[in-house]
Amino acid sequence: MTPPRRKRRRPQPPPPPLPTPPAPEPPDGQAEPKNPERLYAFAEAEDGARAELDLVTLIVARSAPQPGASPEHTAVLRLCVAPLSVAELSAYLNLPFSAMTVLITELITAELVQARAPIVRQALPDRSLLEAVMHGLQRL
Amino acid sequence: MDFNGSDTLPGPRTEDHLPHTTQAAVKIVIVGGFGVGKTTMVGSVSEIRPLTTEETMTQAGIGVDDNYGSDTKTATTVAMDFGRIGITDRLVLYLFGTPGQERFWFLWNGLFEGALGAVVLVDTRRLEVSFDVMDRLEERGVPFVIAVNSFPDAPRYAVEELRTALDLAPEIPIIECDVRRRASSKDVLLTLMRFLHSIALSGARA
Ligand SMILES: Nc1nc2c(ncn2[C@@H]2O[C@H](COP(=O)(O)OP(=O)(O)O)[C@@H](O)[C@H]2O)c(=O)[nH]1
Ligand SMILES: [Mg+2]
Repeated sequence: MTPPRRKRRRPQPPPPPLPTPPAPEPPDGQAEPKNPERLYAFAEAEDGARAELDLVTLIVARSAPQPGASPEHTAVLRLCVAPLSVAELSAYLNLPFSAMTVLITELITAELVQARAPIVRQALPDRSLLEAVMHGLQRL
Repeated sequence: MDFNGSDTLPGPRTEDHLPHTTQAAVKIVIVGGFGVGKTTMVGSVSEIRPLTTEETMTQAGIGVDDNYGSDTKTATTVAMDFGRIGITDRLVLYLFGTPGQERFWFLWNGLFEGALGAVVLVDTRRLEVSFDVMDRLEERGVPFVIAVNSFPDAPRYAVEELRTALDLAPEIPIIECDVRRRASSKDVLLTLMRFLHSIALSGARA
């Protein structure tokens, strides 16, 4: 038996990684189906802070929650006594990722938490980083 | 949601706290069709209980038009399982199990752009469901390896037969696995890391 064969959509893999943003929403009242969108829409451009938050940006509280802080802020600050990723916060607080980033952006703006950016893939990868990950996995 | 029940606030166990010295995270994405073993793989290697992050997506123009002139919207919740592995006291690795349909990927900005690389999990009973994913990863320049999850009743093909079927370059690793076993999942991840390392070496030579 032979397996089914993949037919590439294009003959050559075209050059790499332009992030593809979701297509802009057409104005209301148009007949054709619209692109999917997030339930929570936010002003992403305002200070750019939201755009910088990755699933694995690590969030650390700068101080203990103050009395009078909102329950949501208090909850995040309690969880972030040790570094915790945005994804983990979203999971523990049962909030969609986009809603979580809004909450965290407020806390960053108020200087109540610190965000530690992830190390992302580079065109020329950092060999010592890759070796560290390999050694970490080998110890597992 | 009730954020006030602070005593019962869910959170990591104390032994699951990352050290304060942790400076940064890296991520690897495990991608494949429904039922191919993504959740199982995340669970078998994660050092924390696997968690789920969700995003809600609305799609206009789908559903039943029950009111004249009103826009109908349907909400779809897309979930992604993830786990974590401590690498050093400064570095931590996250693994995300992601649905194969590209139309969901934008929900998590940078999910693939920032990842070190990806594991494409395939089931030889439904090889064709992963064709599209490979196209998309190639387009985005995300390096990946193929992990063939061995289900008992699945057809078995020789690696070179799979390589031809998947139209993959000779350097892209194809590895068989049983992701229910930690050692096997770990092997898959190490195969990806060695592949990334070889890319780094050849890039440095070029
Ligand atoms: N025989 C076998 N079964 C597996 C393997 N990996 C996963 N399964 C089973 O396949 C089913 C679907 O796996 P799951 O991880 O939920 O798939 P997902 O939809 O990709 O997250 C589960 O019942 C698993 O126990 C494997 O390597 N071998
Ligand atoms: Mg799953």
